[in-house]
Amino acid sequence: MSILSLTSVSKSFGALTVTDGASFDVPQGQALGIIGPNGAGKSTLFNLITGNLRADAGSIHFEGRDVTKVSAMERCLTGIGRSFQIPQPFEKLTVYENLLVAATHGRNMSEAMVRDDCADVLERTELIRRANTPAGQLSLLERKRLELARAMATQPKLLLLDEIAGGLTEGECQALIATIKDIHAQGVTIIWIEHVLHALNSVVERLLVLDFGKVIGLGDPDEIMASREVREIYLGIDV
Amino acid sequence: MAYSVTTQTPASRIASIAGLILIVALIALPFFAGRGTIQDMFFILTMLVLAQFWNLLAGYGGLVSIGQQAFVGMGAYALFGVVILWGLDPVPSILLAGVAALIIAVPTAFFAFRLNGAYFAIGTWVIAEVVRLLVAQWKTLGGGTGTSLPRSATKDMWFVDLIQDGLGVRSAAARDILAYWLALVLALATIGGIYWLLRTRRGLALAAVRDNMEAAKSVGVDAARMKWIVFLTSAFGTGVAGGLIYMQKARISPDAAFSVTDWTAYVIFIVVIGGIGTIEGPIIGVLVFFALQSLLADFGSWYLMTLGVLAILIMLVAPRGLWGLFSERTGIQLFPIRRTLRGGKLSETKE
Repeated sequence: MSILSLTSVSKSFGALTVTDGASFDVPQGQALGIIGPNGAGKSTLFNLITGNLRADAGSIHFEGRDVTKVSAMERCLTGIGRSFQIPQPFEKLTVYENLLVAATHGRNMSEAMVRDDCADVLERTELIRRANTPAGQLSLLERKRLELARAMATQPKLLLLDEIAGGLTEGECQALIATIKDIHAQGVTIIWIEHVLHALNSVVERLLVLDFGKVIGLGDPDEIMASREVREIYLGIDV
Repeated sequence: MAYSVTTQTPASRIASIAGLILIVALIALPFFAGRGTIQDMFFILTMLVLAQFWNLLAGYGGLVSIGQQAFVGMGAYALFGVVILWGLDPVPSILLAGVAALIIAVPTAFFAFRLNGAYFAIGTWVIAEVVRLLVAQWKTLGGGTGTSLPRSATKDMWFVDLIQDGLGVRSAAARDILAYWLALVLALATIGGIYWLLRTRRGLALAAVRDNMEAAKSVGVDAARMKWIVFLTSAFGTGVAGGLIYMQKARISPDAAFSVTDWTAYVIFIVVIGGIGTIEGPIIGVLVFFALQSLLADFGSWYLMTLGVLAILIMLVAPRGLWGLFSERTGIQLFPIRRTLRGGKLSETKE
């Protein structure tokens, strides 16, 4: 059964069409990677799925329910969690409080009820030693981890990761991949936008290629990467 | 070892003991202070209440309103209305003043929430002017020239007899003492209530919305609802304060009750000087404001210019106000809200 399905979803900003009739399904428990050149509309597609933007046309179903017109806040409550491409921490709150906001509101529970779960997420994302540090003082890697941790604190069924490995060193990247694999192994469905292809391909089972807002390829990562169209458009190689 | 969470700090423990002593002293004040002191303290406490609510609105909710005089004026006029027209006692009518402010806050929010930033600020001001002009048409309450509370209503006010007999003072002084005690209750309830709110998960949501609205929505925070809660709470509290202030004055006019200088500009000055976004800030701010007013009140427009220059200087040198400056240097917070996680893996590595 598919946890998420998009049917002819379109979005334009003025004359510029950024999402052009996107249709695809994501089966429960799968890890789907999304690639495409800069400006292909990857982040816009995410914002449409999370409700930070509204689709102009088409429909989005989550767990069989039509969420096309549902707000970002409510989509979080139904189980869609996300990280932002540019980390968006609550800077004046501590790392622990960042998770606390997400857990108490995203799961609609009291602070006491979510305390241990938040601490657990901090341990798994290796942020526990920074728990009482204001988020504004974190390093880039820690900010990326916080994006992941905060999304996890809402206990999402579907987790959207937006270029979470970008800008990290190889060692940092490997550590992050291990954490994401761990989350995926627990049955969380993942959609991951990434330019760092080796990181992406070590986790995802399926790959979607976006260009000028259109889905131009969807399938097995090896086959997709080998296809002529993708190599031309995405990698810019003359074949 | 299991995890635990605390918000207390050593400074906050000392502060809570000192706070209790201060509260007892303030309750006992009328037994040994003169009428002038009581009136000054009434002024300080009511301005503090207005400042705390504006701070909640702007400092925590990010809603910079310059139309709070709408709620002061509406509360005050509602109190005069129910006392004069329905013959209610002024004391319980103070709560109705809050309800009246709440009633006009709903349509105000409905319009003003469509605006952001500076437009929101101007919008609230315009709405306050509209309310002032409408109230000035209310002929029964004196129209544009205003009216006074009837002597019969103020003389027989609840508790006035008790205070008169108990403290052996004249009726007018007893009324001032009553107003002072009510202002003290209101100020304590305001500070206590706001502190409580900030320590709940709604307080966390407020901080999250202030820091990053889009991210807050994405983790399930109902940002729109937080704005409504903060706006309506502030309107109610400001209305109650307005009712109380004019109960003590016993004389009202639209120009005074809806004065943008008295009820919003001074209030913003207090919050900015003291430190926006903290509970301590307005407390420091109102003391500075009162001191300046006592020193400079005889200098007329020089006084206002001094206030303006001082506000600009503080904004440039210490944008987080006097308390912010102090708190940054010392790390002291009297009303801490930071949740500190302890135990578990955090205690394993404690050096």
